[in-house]
Order: sequence, then C-alpha cells, then structure tokens
Amino acid sequence: MLVQQIVNAISLGGVYALLALGLAIVFSIVGLINFAHGELMTIAGYCLLGALLMGVPLAVAVVVAVASAAIAAVLMEQIAFKPMRGASVTSLLITSFAVSSLLKVLFQNGISARPQPIAMPSWMTGAFQFGHVSIGVGPLLSIAGSALALIALELFLRRTVMGTAMRAAAEDFNVVRLMGIPAGRIIATAFLLSGLLAGLASLLWIAQRASVDPLMGFTPVLKAFIATVVGGLGSLPGAVVGGLLLGVIEVALQSALPPDVAPYRDAIVLSGVILVLLFRPDGVIPAARAQRS
Amino acid sequence: MLSVRSLQVRYGEVEAVRCVDLTVGRGEIVALVGANGAGKSTTLAAISGLVRPAGGSVTFQGEDVTGLAPELIARRGVALTPEGRRVFASLTTAENLMLGGAVHLGRAALKEREAEMLDLFPILRRYHRIKAGNLSGGEQQMLAIARSLMSKPKLLLLDEPSLGLAPQIIDKVFDLIADLRRSGLTILLVEQNVALALEIADSAVVIANGNVALSGSAAELATSDLVRQAYLGI
Repeated sequence: MLVQQIVNAISLGGVYALLALGLAIVFSIVGLINFAHGELMTIAGYCLLGALLMGVPLAVAVVVAVASAAIAAVLMEQIAFKPMRGASVTSLLITSFAVSSLLKVLFQNGISARPQPIAMPSWMTGAFQFGHVSIGVGPLLSIAGSALALIALELFLRRTVMGTAMRAAAEDFNVVRLMGIPAGRIIATAFLLSGLLAGLASLLWIAQRASVDPLMGFTPVLKAFIATVVGGLGSLPGAVVGGLLLGVIEVALQSALPPDVAPYRDAIVLSGVILVLLFRPDGVIPAARAQRS
Repeated sequence: MLSVRSLQVRYGEVEAVRCVDLTVGRGEIVALVGANGAGKSTTLAAISGLVRPAGGSVTFQGEDVTGLAPELIARRGVALTPEGRRVFASLTTAENLMLGGAVHLGRAALKEREAEMLDLFPILRRYHRIKAGNLSGGEQQMLAIARSLMSKPKLLLLDEPSLGLAPQIIDKVFDLIADLRRSGLTILLVEQNVALALEIADSAVVIANGNVALSGSAAELATSDLVRQAYLGI
C-alpha cells in the first residue's frame, strides 16, 4: 500500500514538475507567466485523439501530440506575445489570459464542451505484481517519462550552446544579446521547450484519465503554477522540487485524511503553500538573477 | 571607424544624451570622460544598440547602424564590456567565454580563441570550471573583457573598467588595455577616473549634461585648465 502511494505521489509530482518547468523556463527568459500553458496540454490531448481516430498507431500519435503542443507554443509566442515585446508584465499576463480564453472557447464550440474518451491500450491500465504489492503500469510509465524528460532537458541546458545561452539569458538577457546571440531565437526555444514539456505532461495526464476536454489543462497548470511559486519563480530546480513536493503532499493527504475532511484537501495544501512562502518568500530554491533592465 | 553624430537619447521625459559627437579612428583609444550621470554609459548603450537613439546617427565602418538590434551590431564587430562587469554568475568561466564567441566562431576556432584568451588572462585558467559568481571583482572584470574579446571584435567599448576595483587591480586592467591597443584593437573607453583615462588614451571627449563639453587629444586635455579643475582636482 505504501509503495503504491509513493509511486502515485511521484507520478503525479512528475507531471506537475514537467508543467512547472515549462512555466519556469518561459518566465525565466521572458518574465511572463503563461496562463495559456494549460491550453497547450489541451491541444496535445485533442491532437492525440484526432490522430488515434484517424487510425494512426499509438506511438506515432504520441509523437504527433507532443510535437503539436510544441508548435502551438511557438506559434503562440509569434502571434500573441512577440508583438507585445517590451510591454509591461501586466500586459503580458493579460495577453496570456486572452489567449487561454480564446482557445478554450474554440475547443468548446469547435469540438465539444463534453469530455471525449480516449481508449488507452489495455496494457497501460494493467499492473505489475511484486509479491504482495501491485503497481500500476500508468504511474510507472509516467515516472519514467518525467525522469527521461528531466534528464534530456538538463543535458540540453548544460551541454549545448543554446542551452547555455538560455541559462545566461535567465540571468541577464541584454548581455546575451550583446554577445550577438539573437533574442528571438532564445525566446522561441524557450517556448518550444515549454510546449514539449506541456505535450508530454498532457500525455501522462491523459494516460491516467482516458479522456480529453476543453478545460483539462486548467487544474494541472494551476497546480504547476503553485509549484513554481513554492519552488522559486523562474528557478528550474525549484520548479521540479515544487512539483514533486506538491504531488507528494496531495497524495499523502488523499490517503491520510479521514473522509469528512477530504474535501478540504486543496485548502490544506494551499495553507501549506502560504506557510512556505511566509518563511521563504523567494521559494525553496530561489532563482539566480543578477540584473534585468 | 566609428562616427557618432548629434546623438540624442531619451528615457521617457529625461534627456540622457542631448547632442554627442565623437569619432574613433582605427587603432585608437578614445576616452569618454565626465561626471556621474553625464551620459557616458548611455552613449555606449546607444552605440551598441541596447537603447534606440531619439536622434542623430551612429556609423560603423562606413555603414549606418543607428537603432539596429544589439545582436546585429555585435555581429558587425562591436563588443561592449558593460559597466559592473555583468558576467553570468551561475555559469562557469569557460561557459562565459564560450558564449562570448559562440555566434562568431566555429567550434574549432572557438577553442583556439579561448586558449588565446587564457594566455592573455592567465588568472582565468585556474577558474575554468568555477562559477563566475565566485570570482573576485578584478577577476570578473578580466573575464568580462575576455568574454567580449572572444568574438574578435574590431571595436571594443569598455564601460568603467576600473569601477569597484582595488588600485593594484586597476593598474593591471589598464596595462592590459594598453596591450590590447598595441595588438591593433580599437577601443572606446568610458571612465570616471579621468587622470587614468587620459594617460592611456590618444584622444578624449568630455561630456557634461549630455553634451560634449570639450574634445581633443589626450595630452591637450590633460593640460587644459577646465579639465584640470573640474576632473583632475589640480
């Protein structure tokens, strides 16, 4: 039972961590909290559904879904945020709300407001049996997916020129431009990465719920936003720690709380968040930033 | 090589630079001096593209570069070492250097240039894998200059290289600037330490309240009464 709960906690936390990372990458470079991040998840979900309905094999549909979220993220930046470059943080925030609402309405009217079922292959809903412990294939897959994504991102940020430039831009964007590195390319890469992470998170999310709906991105991205704040806004390790922490706390409360207190789970989690921020206002692992002009 | 004409820069209502003219010839060191807030750093920011001028023109190697994006100006061979060093604190010394030349040089040339920089600044060699934030002020200044030089610039804009450094370190930095000029680099130097700047420069421009107050050869200015009274305290 305990092992099962730990697996569930890490698997949920992993999804939050991927989403939180996407938010943090964009925030660290552009200073924008992208509230339309959830819609990237939704786009990935509908593309997965569409691809499967067209009879595409699951493996290909998965690639299509993740790629569509990444492309959508880049387009979002080019169409909605690029014209706003140099605008205040508030204007950017409102723009991202607008993009989010617009896409939601498009999904509701263009597709359907009702959840669409996605049939997951039977092996994914099965479970491994280790002695007395049975562990779901879904959660394990989710942990593996998150871990691989984290490793790939870390390698990209540490080993490539673009990754290094992105870490530098999070500290001091203007100086990166003074080195001749194009600002537009760094921003586009940040959105691309956030889209890839949102697409992957969406798949892991859907794998355990087996349906897509226009508002599916809202709750997980709200949680991811809380995770980035707890971890330290703009800090990538903070986003991962915050996401995992939130997942663990949610699952722990879910299983530990007596049934009559269970509805207050989110209230308890958020009180914990306030408590963390009272003692560490910059988050658990604050972002390093020299100056921003 | 660089020619700035009637440059004007505004930050909202504030006119930081009203009318600045200056010319830097190939292989020269030109010093831009003046009091705090006179508009020196803003002039460099406008030349490098970090701020868009409200008026006037910047010409580099015969081409108009007024108002171009900083990355485009950098690619033409202008490097700015900003005030306060602004090294990437969370990146290693090696990563800072690499970024300096990343878009200008190929992989092999980048390694070669890095080796040259480590020869020029031997002190950086032992901090290769250490985060730049852990270096001392003087070491960070060396790193900031080396990072700018990684792109093999034709013109180096140096903003307050002596700021916040101990006197012996300042001497080292200025010896280095003199060496760089001997190697053929053209330098536009902004400096609050006027005596030091005039010692090393060929010519100088004195800015006050966003206007050129005086300009001429460094030797001339060093003996001018105005400069002696206002900036050298003699």
